[in-house]
Amino acid sequence: MRLGRRQRDYWQRNLRMTAMLLAVWFVVSFVVSFFARDLAELTILGFPLGFYMGAQGAPLIYLVIIWWYARYMNRLDREYGVGEGED
Amino acid sequence: MADYTAVPLRRYYAIYTAGFFIFILVLAVLERYGMPARWIGYSFLFLTIFLYATIGVLARTASVAEYYVAGRRVPAIFNGMATGADWMSAASFMGLAGTLYLSGYQGLAYVMGWTGGYVLVALLLAPYLRRFGQYTIPDFLAARYGGNPARLVGVFATVLASFVYVVAQIYGVGLITSRFVGLQFEIGVFVGLAGILVCSFLGGMRAVTWTQVAQYAILIVAYLVPVSILSYQVTGIPVPQLTYGLVLQKVQLLEDRIFDDPAEIEARRIFRERGDGYYEKILTLPASLDDERLRLTEQINELKSSNAQMRDVVALERERRELPKNSEVARSYWDKLMRQAMQRGAEPEHHVTPFPTGGEAVSDTARLNFLSLVFCLMVGTAALPHVLMRYYTTPSVREARSSVFWSLLFILALYLTAPAYAVFAKYEIYSSLIGSSIAQLPVWVSAWGKVGLVSIEDVNGDGILQLVELALNPDVILLATPEIAGLPYVISGLVAAGALAAALSTADGLLLTIASALSHDVYYKIFRPDATTQWRLVVSKSLLLVVAVLAATVASQKPATILAMVAWAFSLAGAAFFPALILGVFWKRANAAGAVSGMAIGLLVTIYYMVRVQVDAIPWLGIQGIGMEPWFGIQSTSAGVWGVAAGFVTVIVVSLFGQPPSQETQEFVESVRYPELDGS
Repeated sequence: MRLGRRQRDYWQRNLRMTAMLLAVWFVVSFVVSFFARDLAELTILGFPLGFYMGAQGAPLIYLVIIWWYARYMNRLDREYGVGEGED
Repeated sequence: MADYTAVPLRRYYAIYTAGFFIFILVLAVLERYGMPARWIGYSFLFLTIFLYATIGVLARTASVAEYYVAGRRVPAIFNGMATGADWMSAASFMGLAGTLYLSGYQGLAYVMGWTGGYVLVALLLAPYLRRFGQYTIPDFLAARYGGNPARLVGVFATVLASFVYVVAQIYGVGLITSRFVGLQFEIGVFVGLAGILVCSFLGGMRAVTWTQVAQYAILIVAYLVPVSILSYQVTGIPVPQLTYGLVLQKVQLLEDRIFDDPAEIEARRIFRERGDGYYEKILTLPASLDDERLRLTEQINELKSSNAQMRDVVALERERRELPKNSEVARSYWDKLMRQAMQRGAEPEHHVTPFPTGGEAVSDTARLNFLSLVFCLMVGTAALPHVLMRYYTTPSVREARSSVFWSLLFILALYLTAPAYAVFAKYEIYSSLIGSSIAQLPVWVSAWGKVGLVSIEDVNGDGILQLVELALNPDVILLATPEIAGLPYVISGLVAAGALAAALSTADGLLLTIASALSHDVYYKIFRPDATTQWRLVVSKSLLLVVAVLAATVASQKPATILAMVAWAFSLAGAAFFPALILGVFWKRANAAGAVSGMAIGLLVTIYYMVRVQVDAIPWLGIQGIGMEPWFGIQSTSAGVWGVAAGFVTVIVVSLFGQPPSQETQEFVESVRYPELDGS
């Protein structure tokens, strides 16, 4: 099959969003943990920030990333007219 | 089918959960009126297995699509719940809270790794696998990389990673039934086997899915109830996830006081001295071994002639009997004891301190290990076939995307609570156990001591319990929390039922994955492509039975090495699948030779590193002295770091040297990437 311009467009936008969200994922997982010792000074809800990020912050941000991606892609699907035969 | 639309399903499961709560209340009332603990254990064990069996029988099927992928009609939210149960194993349920208790911040690597992996699943894999829409992960590899070599390597890695994992689950079932119901361990293993088979044998994925939803409800209730009550008792608010920050501050004050207590410092010094003693013995081998035997013999003779207690003599004789046979064995045995003693004698760390503070180099190595463990767990999560397979079962790509969201949401309910468990348990133990008289410890200490999960040794002989004198097995934190909080036995029974649900649900998913890989990928796709549908199901069900019995047989041998290997499953799966799967979707140029060699090299590098870092000799192969220093100090559990990197490099380099994939394959990649668009 020959790729249409719309398809290439759709894929580019998907890739851009994926890369952006992966960057957030990377920072939250690895950069923040790397500096955990330095973040111990700040506190949030009684937790040192470094500990809080590992225990709750990062997992909750992961959840938001996944939610955001599903929402974005489902909208993109609708914009490009691919309902895939459901509501 | 009526039972596949979400609204009645929600009603069924709401009624079911309410029924389960009523069941707990009834048992609680019966306990008041004197129902024995053992009966409560039996009620939980048999009622829950009966429940799963009922669902398993109702969901029986004779259709291939129903059997392998539940007819692709599982709504996102229910697939999320089933994935949650599939994912959270006996180790997550029982071990995680204890690991966090023992290692504080370092333990958070598991929380981050096991949740962050779902970002990779959601962004890089689930939607594409669903659009591809076949039955197994090797199916995808075969379609993308043109045929059977890729499929076979995939099957090999699937079976390798999943079998180790399933043995550990069945082992967990044996432990739970033997501790709570008093069954013999081996019998418990086979009761567990029955519990697993009733779920998956008749109905395949369809039955496994619906029992996993039921098991999720039980395991999450069982996980949340005890710690919520504990939180209410300590802070007046029954939401442990929010309140444990404040408790953590109290724990820090307690830590400051306990760590600097002179008796603690003295006890730690005694442990360090003991470690030095072992070091001395290792240095003076083999003479020290003979000395040791001589010393024990003299003591025994002395005791015998002085009319001492027979019990003491027997203990010493056993000690002499159990002395290492030769100096090689003695070296590794004493080395282990030395490390243990040194670890206990070391300066304790605060719960919240990231990476040990003993010098910059130590701390940096700990940080590197933390980051690489997080990486391996994440990549492994995104590559374990039994999890990925679940995303074949949703009705559409869109549902697959939201299904990952629901999966993580349901998983977080447990993972956000585990650190709270650790902190509340620490608070209770530090504030009321440490510093009290050893003669008057609460009942749970001796009860769990009998099964070897708690041990106390009064090294400085002051009759008071110091922190270093208490050794806990990680599992005990979760199992003993109801008793620590002084709750009735029915709550302990509930926790046991939850642990059982966690182990059974994971085992179900894994067994089905292994059976599918063997029956669908090896038998049907490679040997007998002309097999009838009916025959394929017969083969699949027989294989399921065979693998299940095999796994239970291995588990009943209590294989210590297998349990240590579970952590390796993540690295193995990650190194084998992750590069080939990701590049298969995102890099059209990746070809068959690249993928097959990448998977093989990734696996080999991982296994090589694990074996050489972890073991020094394999006696039954006659291999000795193969141990090596870890590269950059990275532990064997994170061997996947090297394996994944080697896998990516190999796939890319070998692909670039070979021909680009055929037009057909390129079109296949496009069909996985794009939906059918108008105007194309």
